[in-house]
Amino acid sequence: MNTTAIFINVFAFGCLIFAIIKDQTKTKRALTVALKSFFHILPTVLIIIILIGLLLGLVPQSQISEVVGEEAGFRGVFIVALLGAFLHIPSLISFPLAASLLKSGASVTPVAVFITTLTMIGVVTLPLEIKELGKKMALLRNGISFVIAIVIGITMGVIL
Amino acid sequence: MKDYVKEKETQRKRMKRDTIILGITLIITIALLSIFPDRQETVITTSWDFFIEMILILPAVMVLMDLFSVFVPKEMVVKHLGKAAGIKAVFLGILMGSLPTGPLYVAFPMASALLKKGAKISCIIAFLSAWACIKIPQEMVELQFLGPKFMAARLVLTIVLVVIMGILIERLIEWSDKKQILGGEEDAGI
Repeated sequence: MNTTAIFINVFAFGCLIFAIIKDQTKTKRALTVALKSFFHILPTVLIIIILIGLLLGLVPQSQISEVVGEEAGFRGVFIVALLGAFLHIPSLISFPLAASLLKSGASVTPVAVFITTLTMIGVVTLPLEIKELGKKMALLRNGISFVIAIVIGITMGVIL
Repeated sequence: MKDYVKEKETQRKRMKRDTIILGITLIITIALLSIFPDRQETVITTSWDFFIEMILILPAVMVLMDLFSVFVPKEMVVKHLGKAAGIKAVFLGILMGSLPTGPLYVAFPMASALLKKGAKISCIIAFLSAWACIKIPQEMVELQFLGPKFMAARLVLTIVLVVIMGILIERLIEWSDKKQILGGEEDAGI
């Protein structure tokens, strides 16, 4: 078990103790919901983990880095950004996927861009966003987020 | 109550769909592995390593997420953000957005309620973006898989740019609203 995993578990445990002291019934309710959401997300987690295995085991590194590596250039970054904007997968699962891409020859910029557009932009949920917040605000938020994601990715590529 | 039943129904459907996709993925994987037997070991050990890394933190992350969502009710978030003002509102929006959890579409009705309450647009944008991108349990998974440097760099950059975006969108919307009102007055012949 690495230090990060220990830290996360200790933090969660601390919050749990604090919650029990504050309100036992609420804590019980939270734990029941947590158990359910754990089993709800499990199939998706397993799918992604299998895909990661296939990706790293079957696809040659040179091919991965051609699409999302150093030589991919701005076009690669742009494609990855669009992909992140359109895909609708839980953000929790995007991190192991990103890690596997980094391991197999992707560079920092496209990976950071992918995570950021995936979480911040939702083309699938855009109609709902327009309904709740109005066309102007929803389109501005998604559009500017797209630019921001690319800025974040490029900056990270420079500093990391 | 009706919403709750409906939500349960869609959740069950979604889970059924996910399990079917998982089955299909497994079948394809087995087929691929029998075509490339020399790759079996790499694929299996890689998947296993990622599985271990995930299972070590997933229960803790789930507990954290649901503790936050039970102890930080939506109404409280809306109440606090509704009356915040100035640049403080933007940072409060980020803070509040990083606490509760759930997919982004859960936050839209909250943002809509905030809009009706007259909350600042910069604050609403900051809240939505933080909800999408810098939730605490999510940051922990990022820390686990991508390391402290990657996570910290992305976190700091995101906060800075989200603040700028919030203010920018607020200005843009105010500017276009003003233009619309002026345009409307001209049309009315004033």
